[in-house]
Amino acid sequence: MEKKRYERPHIVKLDSGMPGKFGMRNDSPPTTHIDGVAVTELVEKYGSPLFVISEHTIRSTYRKAYKAFSTRYPKVQFAWSYKTNYLPAVCNVFHQEGSWAEVVSGFEYDKALANGVDPGKIIFNGPGKTASELMKAAENGSLIHIDHLDELYLLTDLAGEMKRKPLVAIRVNMDTGIYPMWDRFGFNYENGQAWDALNKIMLSGKLELVGLHTHIGTFILGANAYGVAASKLADLALGLQQKFNHTIRYIDMGGGFASKNTLKGSYLPGADTNPTFDDYAEAITTALVNSGFKPESLPLLILETGRALIDEAGYIITSVLANKRLSTGRRATIIDAGVNLLFTAFWYQHPVTPAQGFSQYREENTIYGPLCMNIDCVRESINLPLLNKGDKLVIHYTGAYNLTQWMQFITLRPNVVIIDPDGTAHLIRQNESNDSVSSLEKTPDYLIGIK
Amino acid sequence: MKINENLAISESGFLFNPSTGESFTVNPIGAEIIELMKEGKTEAEISEKIIKSYEVDIKTLQKDLHDFSEILRHHQLLDQYEETKN
Amino acid sequence: MKKQRINIGVTGLNAIDSPGPGIAVIRGLREAKSFDVRIIGFAYESMEPGIYMHDLIDKTYQIPYPSAGTDVLLARLAYIQEQEKLDVIIPNFDAELYSFMKLEDKLRQMGIHMFLPTISQFEERHKVNLSDFGEKYEIDVPLGKAIYDSSEIFGLQKEFDFPLMVKGKWYDAYIAYNMEQARTYFNKISAKWGLPVVLQRFVHGTEYNVTGLGDGNGNTIAAVPMRKQFITDKGKAWAGISIDDKKLLAITEKFVSATKWRGAFELEMMKSNDNTYYLMEINPRIPAWVYLAVGVGQNIPEALTNLALGNDVEPFRTYEVGKLFIRYSYDMIVDRSEFEKISINGEL
Repeated sequence: MEKKRYERPHIVKLDSGMPGKFGMRNDSPPTTHIDGVAVTELVEKYGSPLFVISEHTIRSTYRKAYKAFSTRYPKVQFAWSYKTNYLPAVCNVFHQEGSWAEVVSGFEYDKALANGVDPGKIIFNGPGKTASELMKAAENGSLIHIDHLDELYLLTDLAGEMKRKPLVAIRVNMDTGIYPMWDRFGFNYENGQAWDALNKIMLSGKLELVGLHTHIGTFILGANAYGVAASKLADLALGLQQKFNHTIRYIDMGGGFASKNTLKGSYLPGADTNPTFDDYAEAITTALVNSGFKPESLPLLILETGRALIDEAGYIITSVLANKRLSTGRRATIIDAGVNLLFTAFWYQHPVTPAQGFSQYREENTIYGPLCMNIDCVRESINLPLLNKGDKLVIHYTGAYNLTQWMQFITLRPNVVIIDPDGTAHLIRQNESNDSVSSLEKTPDYLIGIK
Repeated sequence: MKINENLAISESGFLFNPSTGESFTVNPIGAEIIELMKEGKTEAEISEKIIKSYEVDIKTLQKDLHDFSEILRHHQLLDQYEETKN
Repeated sequence: MKKQRINIGVTGLNAIDSPGPGIAVIRGLREAKSFDVRIIGFAYESMEPGIYMHDLIDKTYQIPYPSAGTDVLLARLAYIQEQEKLDVIIPNFDAELYSFMKLEDKLRQMGIHMFLPTISQFEERHKVNLSDFGEKYEIDVPLGKAIYDSSEIFGLQKEFDFPLMVKGKWYDAYIAYNMEQARTYFNKISAKWGLPVVLQRFVHGTEYNVTGLGDGNGNTIAAVPMRKQFITDKGKAWAGISIDDKKLLAITEKFVSATKWRGAFELEMMKSNDNTYYLMEINPRIPAWVYLAVGVGQNIPEALTNLALGNDVEPFRTYEVGKLFIRYSYDMIVDRSEFEKISINGEL
């Protein structure tokens, strides 16, 4: 006789208000394949945990975003935000699609050059650029976005020694009606700092002012704030035209668009409520088109969208290491991917789906990572099928920031693969070994040996 | 370990405890185990029976059975009188 | 001529002490003169009393909570549609409206009609945006501000003065008499309903409510004002009386024509001691006391159903003034097997 498929015995109390399985079945179907490749096959070949990037999703998301803007505005340029995910393979998918590079350090700047990006298409942001980095970027003809007056003075000084005039923009911060207001980067609009900085640049004669930049915040759930920001930048641009007869080439609206992730504490899922590219595009382009620019002199619109372009393309495949019961009777599952790999678990309720089919029974679960640290919790509360040791789970929407902010902490970092549009997986970052970490470590002679 | 004999389990896996008024849902294997417990089978007999008909190894089953009886105890579905006597 | 029979799905079957509108809506539908109905109840929880009221509801299905997302809801509704061939759905909970509005096109393709506000109407009238709403449409609203951090209360206390109202994004409202209370309520509400939390200036006066229906072109199809006569400890009307107040009706018509409101609504108004009417809140749905409107001659659920189906609807011009509704509770005797069926199968 063939044996039946085993499932853990399971009993759950029906509280008066508690719905039956239909009310509770708020989980998605299992994720057995990613872009046509079986999850089991990926784990067999590359191990668990495993980061998986879908090239198809990146390209289709990018095209959706580009279309949302380019159908509403004549001149649109995306610049890939390196800090969101700077694996060369990922960056080059964006560059192939036509993205420039947006970097915030000398390290990222060199990465962009190494990827083959034309220096004239690199935007250099950030509050911490060194003199030598500024020199290099300016002489290469990259676009330098000045963050503060000290940087403005430094660059003005350096400009004297350079063969070409540095191409610059300033970063502007402003009140767009959202909370919290980001005022630590750039020059403030409302108190006149921004206008003052623009005057200093124009009057110095040593820098070529080519653009205006803002970045109003992160995971912005109200598209209208971008409309306010675009109007304020347009006002500054028109002020420059009036006073100096100077026309800027571009307005850079930064990033901050929300992905489909659900912020902790949200009642409705982010995939339903977060603004779409069309919503953001409508707010920004309407504000620019309705401002005082003459139709033929509308500036280039640059977008540094990171998260919203890559989050949905990233997955982590993980294995169940153990399941246990907490003192309250609550079920807890321990998996082999923790917050060392999934930094964003601190902010989001990442969707987690099983990688194999299950019966309809579900239980309330807390998912912990493998770290011996109390903070290592991937989901505080989620309904999952009755998992056994060794079962695979897929964590969704992990493409943004995790592959740059992950930590070599307690354990080593795993393989990263990209699945190409034909359904073939390619390794794009090798898993770490003890050697890759310890080769950087030096021990003075007198501390070698413990006798 | 003795299960409260008054428990009523329906075919659909709805379990009603008449002495407390509480209701539960239980999956098919859970219902099967509770029925075996009601028949007075020992833990060893229950494992033997389950192993015969399900795709499971003894270690996993013992761990899950232990966990299941803990949860039955937590929900006060085990016979309280028997419990205190043991 | 035999009347057409319409299959209507209705939510809000929680006819408890702080009731959902479902049962009142269904009573209105059952008394409709223009059609016959088969009523399909949609329940979230297995103890919603309506599930067990078989004289009012023909069949009930459990549906997933809004927090599960629209994909899951759509899948469930598609299953129900196969069984029931629904013509109309009337959602009655604030928290579910967003999901149903998002699904309006897809449901229409399945043959299901609704008559809901547009997403922009829904967002614009939101508690969080009420101050801007008042300014835009020149309707008096109390000063309000959405805040994201309890420390903001301190900076705003001069503007607002105590006591002030602390309100949740979806539900819950408390009166705070001092800073400590305001902070406590902020924390309590934000933990349950998320951010932002709304601070609103407290208006002393008498509360009036209007329920009505807009056709989406600026016409008021129905409007019945009511004064609460008796209020439960949860602030819900236990009894109320229909009143004749031209000014309330004028504000209602202004609201409907200015916003081109589509669908049912409830306006919560406060008449201050100096006789100014303040619009305190706009609920974008039928209120639980709608049966009073039915009882005084304006069958809002029936009119809404006809609008959803694209039928012409004549505006109601009159209603009986001075009729009371008095709510009562009632114990049903229910067999365990019924609870079992809805709990296990999600259908009854």
